[in-house]
This record gives sequence, C-alpha cells and structure tokens, in this order.
Amino acid sequence: MNIVVCIKQVPDSAQIRVHPVTNTIMRQGVPTIINPYDLFSLEAALQLRDQVGGKVIVLTMGPPMAEDALRKAMGIGADKAVLLTDRFFAGSDTLATSYALSMAISKIAETEGPVDMVFCGKQTIDGDTAQVGPGIACRLGLNQLTYITSIESLDAAKREITVQRRAEGGVQVLKTALPVMVTMLEGSNVVRRGSMPNVLRAAREPITILNAAKAGIEDLTRCGLKGSPTVVKKVFAPKPRADKAKLVETANRSNTDIANDAVEAIFAAAPKLHTDLLGRVAQA
Amino acid sequence: MSQQAAPAAAGGNRAGMKKELPEHFKAYKHVWVFIEMERGVVHPVSWELLGEGRKLADKLGVELAGALLAGPGEATQAAVKDCFEYGADLVYLMEDPILADYRNQTYAASLTDLVNTHKPEILLLGATNLGRDLAGTVATTLATGLTADCTELAIDHEGSLAATRPTFGGTLLCTIHTLNFRPQMATVRPRVMAMPERQEGREGRVVPHSLALEESSIITKILDFIADANIEKAQLAYADIVVAGGMGLGRQENFKLVQDLAAVLGAEYGCSRPVVQKGWMPAERQIGQTGKTIRPRLYIAAGISGAIQHRVGVEGSDIILAINTDPNATIFEFAHMGIVGDALQILPALTEAFRRRLAVNRMAG
Repeated sequence: MNIVVCIKQVPDSAQIRVHPVTNTIMRQGVPTIINPYDLFSLEAALQLRDQVGGKVIVLTMGPPMAEDALRKAMGIGADKAVLLTDRFFAGSDTLATSYALSMAISKIAETEGPVDMVFCGKQTIDGDTAQVGPGIACRLGLNQLTYITSIESLDAAKREITVQRRAEGGVQVLKTALPVMVTMLEGSNVVRRGSMPNVLRAAREPITILNAAKAGIEDLTRCGLKGSPTVVKKVFAPKPRADKAKLVETANRSNTDIANDAVEAIFAAAPKLHTDLLGRVAQA
Repeated sequence: MSQQAAPAAAGGNRAGMKKELPEHFKAYKHVWVFIEMERGVVHPVSWELLGEGRKLADKLGVELAGALLAGPGEATQAAVKDCFEYGADLVYLMEDPILADYRNQTYAASLTDLVNTHKPEILLLGATNLGRDLAGTVATTLATGLTADCTELAIDHEGSLAATRPTFGGTLLCTIHTLNFRPQMATVRPRVMAMPERQEGREGRVVPHSLALEESSIITKILDFIADANIEKAQLAYADIVVAGGMGLGRQENFKLVQDLAAVLGAEYGCSRPVVQKGWMPAERQIGQTGKTIRPRLYIAAGISGAIQHRVGVEGSDIILAINTDPNATIFEFAHMGIVGDALQILPALTEAFRRRLAVNRMAG
C-alpha cells in the first residue's frame, strides 16, 4: 500500500509580526513548522501503514528550505520524502498548487507503484482555504473524504475503507473504495514523537527533488501566477474604527467601581439587552 | 503556496491582471447562492449569503438565484419558499432521493452540471465543512477561481467580484479577484454576514433540473448518521452574549473567571486562537477567523490583544467590551468600550457587578 501525505511548511503564525509602518510581514527570524493540521493526517497515514504494511511518502511543494519540513516528517516516521520545487511554482493559488501536486503524485506512482491513499491537512494555518486537498482528489479521480474523525476500517484486499466524517449536527459513516483522498480533523489522533532511529535516518536519507519538468509538467502556463485564476489585487491592514473604544475611568478607583461603571455603560448603550436579561433572571 | 502565501508577487507583469474576459464567459450572468440543506434543515449561512448576494445582484442589475440540491419532501418545498422570502428571484432545484444526504461525488457532479447549464457569473457557498468540501471540487472541475472565507464581498467598477479575506494567518487583509474565469466563486463563514430580513409572502420561480446520476454509479455509500448527542456543544456562533479570554489570563485555571461571568449572564464562553494552541480550551471554543465567527449583542474580551484574525470573527458584535492591561492593544481600536486593567481583577468585579445589578432589579421589580 502506498500512501502519500501532502504537507506544507508554514511560518509559525504565533510569531508573525507586521511592520507597524509599512504593513508588510516581517519574515526574518520567524521559525517555520509543519502545518499543524497536516500532522493529524500524517499520524493517520502512519497508523494505517503500521497496520497493513506499505510506505508513507511525504510530499511538499515549496522553496528548497521546505526540505526541513520533510525531514521532520521522516523523523516522525514517514518512509520517503519528495520535494516539489521550481521557481515556476511561485505565486501559485490553490488551483495551480493542486495541479502541480497532482502531477507529482502521478510521478511518484510511476516509480513507487500505484498510490492508494493521499492524505492532506484539513487546511493550512497560513492560507486557511481547505481547497488543495479537494483539488488533488478531483484531478486524480480519488474518492474524497474530508473532516474525518476516525478511520473505522481499511480492507486492503477488497480496497474498501469505512470512515466517520464530521457533518452538521452529527457524524456520517461512509464506506468507499480506494484510491481516496483523506483529510483528518484536528484531535482525531495523537501525533507520535519521532523515535531516535527515525530521527537519525531522517537526517541522512536522500530526498527526491522534482522540478516542474521532472514532475512531468509540460505546460508551464498551468503553474504559478500564470496558472492561477485568482489575482490578489490588494493587501492591506484594516482601518481602525473612526472612534476608538471609550475607556472606563480607572485611575485611583476600585475594581468594584470600575466594574459598576462598565455595567452601567453597557446597559445604557443596550437597554433592550438589560430588560431581556432581567426577564431571563426572573424566569430562572 | 496557496493564493494567500504570495500576494506580494501579484503585480504588474501578469496576463491575468488584465481583464479580457474570454468570449465564451460573457454569457455568464446572475448571482447564485448554493443553499446548504442537510437532513431537512437549511444551514442559516445560506440565508446570510442570500442577503449578501441580493446586494451584489442589485449592484450588477442581475437576478439572484438559490441552487438547492435535496431529497424530495416537504422540507425541500419549504426551503424553496424560504429562499424567495430571503431574497432569491428564482431557485434552481435538483430534487432526488440520491441527493438526500451530502456526498461529494453526487453534489459536485450536480452543481457542476447546473453551473454549466445556466452559467452564473458569481457562485457563493457557506464556508462550512459541506460547503468547503463541495466548493473545492466544483472550482477545480470548472478550473475557476475560488476565494475562501471572505469577510467582505463587493462589485468593483468593472463589474467583477472583489472578495476580501484575511491573509497571512489573519494578520492582514487582501482583496482577491477572478478576472478571466467564470463563475467567480467565494465561500463565506457562518455569521460573517448579517441575517437578511425575511419578506413574508415574497415569491419567485422554480427552475427544476434533473439529476444525471444513478445510485449504482456512486462509489461512496452512507452507512449511518450518528446525530450529536452532546447538546453541551458550544452554541457560540448564535449566542446573544459571549465572554472570551486570551493569553492575558496567563494560565488555564484562570479561565474559570471567564466561565463565572458567562454563567451570570447566561452567556457562551470562548477564547482566542493561541489559547487553543496552548491546549487550554478545546478548538470548538475558538473565536476568530479559523474558529467561530460571532455576532452577539454583547461581547466581552478579556486579555485578548485583538489580532486581525480575531477581529474579523467578532466585528459583527453589537457591543464589544475589551479588558486589557496594555492601553495600546489593538483590540481597543475596534472595541466600543474598554477597561485598561488586569482581567484577573476586573473579571470577578464584573461578575459581581452584573450579579448585583440583575438581582437588585429583580427585587425592585
């Protein structure tokens, strides 16, 4: 069984800073991490491999430095790693990204044998679109299983999988056929820590590097900015509201007085809320 | 390398920047909203989108349509009527037992077919699990642009959709266009847009469309649906009052203060994103761009600095009261009222003040 796990190297968003004057992102010194949502999918893939055998191949598209993310994933337990990198990919939107990744997955299948499952993160923490996984599934004709809370069973011989999928107001139990594209919901498993042998192997193991040509991409107009139907016209910081927050007087006053003032101010601004709350209390 | 990772590169020397809509896309007209119906219930985000879609359609001078895919039945007929009352001029209706439950294959094939037949220029979907699952497939099949989680939709001077969304993990906003492809697709999270007024008795026309699928050709089968038993689940998005805490509370135990205030007000409680990342609260309590968007009548934010990704999730609140030790915290730029002070001291004082205020009046009343 061949399982490809698509991961993305993202800036640790907790540490992103915006330049106060120019409104540009200050990337210097911001550490990168594997997109946290990808880890739940990686763990699910590793568990299936441990159960039925086969290989877990991690794949990422990004600049050469994204190799770090691949090595981390191998440290956690992935068997092989593929880096898809080319300047032609710069500026890709989700449509162009899913195109390039699907071509790379097809190329992986040529060397490793048919790919039975593709795992993606539910979404990334920098783009937040949740579009690349479904895009890959659509392009490769994989049955799509998003927001999976648990994989109930996998029958490798019959090529059937049964999963639970988070829906509105409940969970769908779905059964479908391989090959599939799966995104796991956060918290659906506990991501393992890398074992010492894996961490050592990850540092040495060669990584397969694919550029556009090696990934079998002939039509470069489908990549990068050229292959992206969406255009970012403007990046900006939101305007502050015309009137800033009205501050409750705090100098030399007790917390009780401050709190009383705040409550008065709230109910003065929203008298209806006050009466509704009183009604609620009276009924209680 | 998502669309959001490289906006800096989006300038100048790019064919896509020039608007030359190919001839075959010029027939694409009208604004559509995908009506999300699951198990007989329409997700309120669909009505919120009809409200927003109405404005876009009026600006363009075109019609607003709902695209409803559902199993046959009374609930479906009621949903059609609701579409008209929330502003749709017409409803494209695909009614078939195969569509009773959501499956990617059936819904994506049906919606794609509907789009290819009737050619909308704009297609809006809710950024729910269902909407995101569906939109990604449909946009890829149609090879068109899709902008996720928009916080503002507008029509620019050339008549194209300007979709604004947070970017860089919610530190800035960006405006995205799909210039040379149709339909222009966008998703919007629940509660980001206001609920439109229902116009009782408003009518429209139904355009039926038949399904070109048979159950035997559908690979994915639904074995069961396990309804959530746990009603405890946070009803944050639709709560009247919300109290939330951020990293300023310092440690997990201190979130008891947030819950105490929430209890006195009969409010829901939540937190900012870093709190969830710390593991202090479950993800379903997260407020902001990647968590829940809220529109309560009163929102009290304690120890939250107010990053853009948080701001876009709470901006629809009637009144925002912010408590923060830092007088320069960005939250004071969009809160209506502020207390510069230590949330650990102010929260219990507020709890007492609300308790007294509501109890005193009760006795007096």
